[in-house]
Amino acid sequence: MSIIYMLLAISVVVALGFFAAFVMSVKSGQYDDTYTPSVRMLFDDELVKESKTSITTSKEESIKTKE
Amino acid sequence: MSACFHCGDECRTTVISHQDKTFCCHGCKTVFDILNDNDLSYYYDLERTPGTTPLEQEGKFDFLENEQIVAKLLEFDEQDTQVVSLLIPSIHCSSCIWVLENLNKLNPAVKTAQVNFPKKTVRITYSSEILSLQDLVILLSRIGYEPYISLDDASEKKSNIDRSLIYKLGLAGFAFGNIMFLSFPEYFEVNEFWLEKFKHVFRWLMFCFALPVAFYSGRDYFISAYKGLRSNILNIDVPIAIGISVLFIRSTVEIIMDWGSGFFDSMAGLVFFLLLGKFFQQKTYAFLSFERDYKSYFPIAVTRLVKNETNDSSIKKEEQTQVYELKKGDRILIRNSELLPVDAILIKGNALIDYSFVTGEAEPVNKVSGDQLFAGGRQQAGVIEVEVLKPVEQSYLTQLWSNVIFSKNKQSAFENITDSISRRFTVSLLVIAILATIVWMFIDISIALNVFTAVLIVACPCAIALAAPFTLGNLLRIFGRHKLYLKNSSVIEQLAHIDTVVFDKTGTLTTSVKNTITYEGVALNDEEKALLTSTLRASNHPLSRSLYAILDKNNIQTLDNFKEEVGQGITGVINNRKIKVGSFGFVDASHKKTQEDAHQRTAVHISTDNIYKGCYVFYNEYREGVKEVFDTLKKTTGIVILSGDNDGEKEHLSTLLPKNTTILFNQKPEDKLDYIKTLQDNGKNVLMIGDGLNDAGALAQSNVGISISENVNVFSPACDGILDASKFKEITQFLNLSRKGIKVIKYAFIFSLFYNLIGLGFAITGNLAPVVAAILMPLSSISIVVFTTIGTHILGRRFNESK
Repeated sequence: MSIIYMLLAISVVVALGFFAAFVMSVKSGQYDDTYTPSVRMLFDDELVKESKTSITTSKEESIKTKE
Repeated sequence: MSACFHCGDECRTTVISHQDKTFCCHGCKTVFDILNDNDLSYYYDLERTPGTTPLEQEGKFDFLENEQIVAKLLEFDEQDTQVVSLLIPSIHCSSCIWVLENLNKLNPAVKTAQVNFPKKTVRITYSSEILSLQDLVILLSRIGYEPYISLDDASEKKSNIDRSLIYKLGLAGFAFGNIMFLSFPEYFEVNEFWLEKFKHVFRWLMFCFALPVAFYSGRDYFISAYKGLRSNILNIDVPIAIGISVLFIRSTVEIIMDWGSGFFDSMAGLVFFLLLGKFFQQKTYAFLSFERDYKSYFPIAVTRLVKNETNDSSIKKEEQTQVYELKKGDRILIRNSELLPVDAILIKGNALIDYSFVTGEAEPVNKVSGDQLFAGGRQQAGVIEVEVLKPVEQSYLTQLWSNVIFSKNKQSAFENITDSISRRFTVSLLVIAILATIVWMFIDISIALNVFTAVLIVACPCAIALAAPFTLGNLLRIFGRHKLYLKNSSVIEQLAHIDTVVFDKTGTLTTSVKNTITYEGVALNDEEKALLTSTLRASNHPLSRSLYAILDKNNIQTLDNFKEEVGQGITGVINNRKIKVGSFGFVDASHKKTQEDAHQRTAVHISTDNIYKGCYVFYNEYREGVKEVFDTLKKTTGIVILSGDNDGEKEHLSTLLPKNTTILFNQKPEDKLDYIKTLQDNGKNVLMIGDGLNDAGALAQSNVGISISENVNVFSPACDGILDASKFKEITQFLNLSRKGIKVIKYAFIFSLFYNLIGLGFAITGNLAPVVAAILMPLSSISIVVFTTIGTHILGRRFNESK
C-alpha cells in the first residue's frame, strides 16, 4: 500500500505543473486582451493573398446582401 | 438617399459614384481606392460600411519631425526595428482589426501590427530606415485611422498592470481544490484501517497547501485589518482576518496534537470566495481612462518660430518644439483648429478662440493683436502668431490642477456599507465568543477554548463580505451596458446617497452644436433672402455656416462683391443691393439702444441697403429630455446649475427648470469647485455632471463626478464615471437603480446573518465538526452570490422596461 506515497507525489507534481502553467500564462500577458484574439483567429484564411476572381465574387455577394 | 459605401453616412450634398458604389465624400472614396488597389477590399466584406471618414489636416503631424518627440513615443528603438503603440479612437469593428493588422500590404516597411481591441490601440513594428513615424501616422490617417497623440504620451509611462489579484485567486483556487480532495476521506471513513495509516500524510500535505493561502492569498486582509485598527475603524477585514488566523492556528494545533483533521479546506474556500468577489467587483473599461488631466487634451508639440541665425533679418524658421520646452517670450504659430497650449499674447493674425471646453463660454471669442489668450482655447480661423507668457504648467487653466483636491484619494474618506455593518457585527461577534467561553468554563473547561475558536470560525463574515462585491459588480455591468461607465463599484454606493445634483451648462445640458435659430425683426422678402444665403455661402465663420445650413437655398447667385471683416461681419453685393451680416455694431453703427442686450445673446444682425432689418438669434440646443430629467430629479434631489457662460440664456433656461432652482453664471473653474465644497460643508452629497476641463475641479471635489461625452473615446476630464450623451435623460433612473442596489445588499446581509446564527448554534453547543464548517461556509457564500445575482438581474430587467 506504500504505492500511495508515490501516487500522492505524482498527483501533487501534476497539479503543481498545471499551476505553474497558469502562472506563466498570466505573466506572459495572455489574459490582458481576451477579445482581439477571438476575432483575429477568424481572419487567418484571408491573410493569404486572394485571387482576383474570389474578390469579385465576394464583392458581388456583399452587394447582393446590401440590396 | 444613398448611404456611403465606406462610412455608411447618408450622402447629403454630394454623391460620388465610383465603381458602382456611392461615396459621401472624396475622403471616403480615396480610402476605398487605397484599400482596393492593395487587395484589401475584404475590409468591406467583413463588416458593412466599416470605415471612418479621414480628416486631412495639413501639417497636423509635423511635430513628428522632431526626433526627441519620436524617441519619447517609441517603445523600442534599435537600428531598423522600431516599435510604437498608438491609440486609435476610431477602432470599432472586426474590419478595423483586420485592416490594421494587414498594414504591411499598404507599406512593406511595416513588419507587424497588432491590435488590442478593448484598449483601441495598435502596436506597430516597423523599420524607420524606410518609413518615418510621421509617414506611418499619416498613412494611418489617410485610411481613416488617425492616432490620438497628446502631451500625456510624452510623460513618463506608468508601471505595468497589477496582476497580483489573479495570482492570489489562482493560488487560493488551486489550494482549495487540492485540500478538499485530501480532506474528503476523513469526513466519511473515520476508523478505517488504511486511513488511520495515511491520515497524517494527508493532513501535512493539506498544511503545506494551506500555508501559501494564509500567507500570500490572504495577505491583503491582514494588511487592511491592521490599517483599519490603527485608524480605529472596525472594517469588514477585521473579522475576516480574525477568522483566517483562527482557522489556520486551530487547524495547525489540531494536526500537531493529532486531535483532528482541522479546517484547512474551509480556510482555503473562504479565501478563494472572498478573492473571487474582489475579482468580480473589478470591471474595468480598458478603452476609457478616468484619470485624465489637461495633459491628454493638450498637444505634444507646437510650431515655434525661431530667428534664422545665418541672416538676422525678420525671416524666421519654423521648428517643431515640445510643449514642455516652451519658455516665456517664445513665438509660436497656431493653425486653424489647433489648440493653444499656453497663456500667450496675440501678435499677428485674426484670432477666433473657442473656449467652450475650458471656460464653458458657448461662443468663440474674437481677439485682436495685443490681447491675452488663455491656454486650452482652440483657434477657429486661420493662422495666428502668439508670444508665450507662461510655460504650460503655470498657465491659468493648468494651475487648477495644483489644488489639493487632485492629490486626495476620494474613496478613502467614504465608509462603505459593508464596513458600516462590520462595526456592529465584529463587536457582537466578540461578545458572543467571550460569553460562550465563560459559560463553557463552568460546564466543561476542556472544550471552552474549542468553543471560543469555533464561534470565531463559523461567524467569519464571508457571506457578508461577498454581498456587496457581487451586487455592485453586477450593477457596474448593467450601468456599463446602458453606457454609464463607472470607475469602480464604490461609486455606485456613493450614487445611492446623492441628494444634490449640480449641472454644468455648456456641453452638458446643451449639445455642442448650436442650431436652434429664431429670427426677430422685419421679415425679409425673397430677394433679400436670396441675397443673404448667397452672402453666407461665401463665409467660413461658424455662425454663418450654421445659419446657412438652415436657410432655403433657392436662387443662389454669384456675388458681385464680398468682403469679410474678421470679428465684425460680412458684406455682400449683388445688382447694387448691399447686405450686411454680422455683429450689431457692424451692421448698424448708428443705433446704440440694444447694444447691451445684443452683446449678451448670440445673434447675427442683418441690414440691407443700410436699413436695419433684424437678427437671427442662436440658442443653445438643449439635450433631449432635459426638462423630464429635471422634473423627475426634483422629487428626490436638489438641482443646481453652474455655468461658466454669461447669463444670456438665463430666461430660456429657467423655463426648463423647476422653480427656485439655483442658477449661477460666470463661474470660473475655482468658483465651481468652491461652490461644491460649500454644499458639502452643509452636509450635502453632491453629484456633479460636467463635460469640460473647467469642470475638472468640481468633478474632483464632488462626491461623484460624472463626465458627459458625445463620444466616449475622446477626451473627458478626470471623473468617477463617463456617461454617453445619448443617455442623459436616464440620469434619474441610474440614481434609482443604485439606491435599489443598496437595498439588495441589505437583504443579502439579513440572509447571511441567518446562516451565521445557524453556525453559531453549532459552535456554542460545542458541536462544530470540520465537515459542518466545510458545508456551511461554501453553502452560505454560494447562496449569497445566487441571491444577489438574481436580485440585480431583476433590477436590470426592470431598468430596461422602464425606458
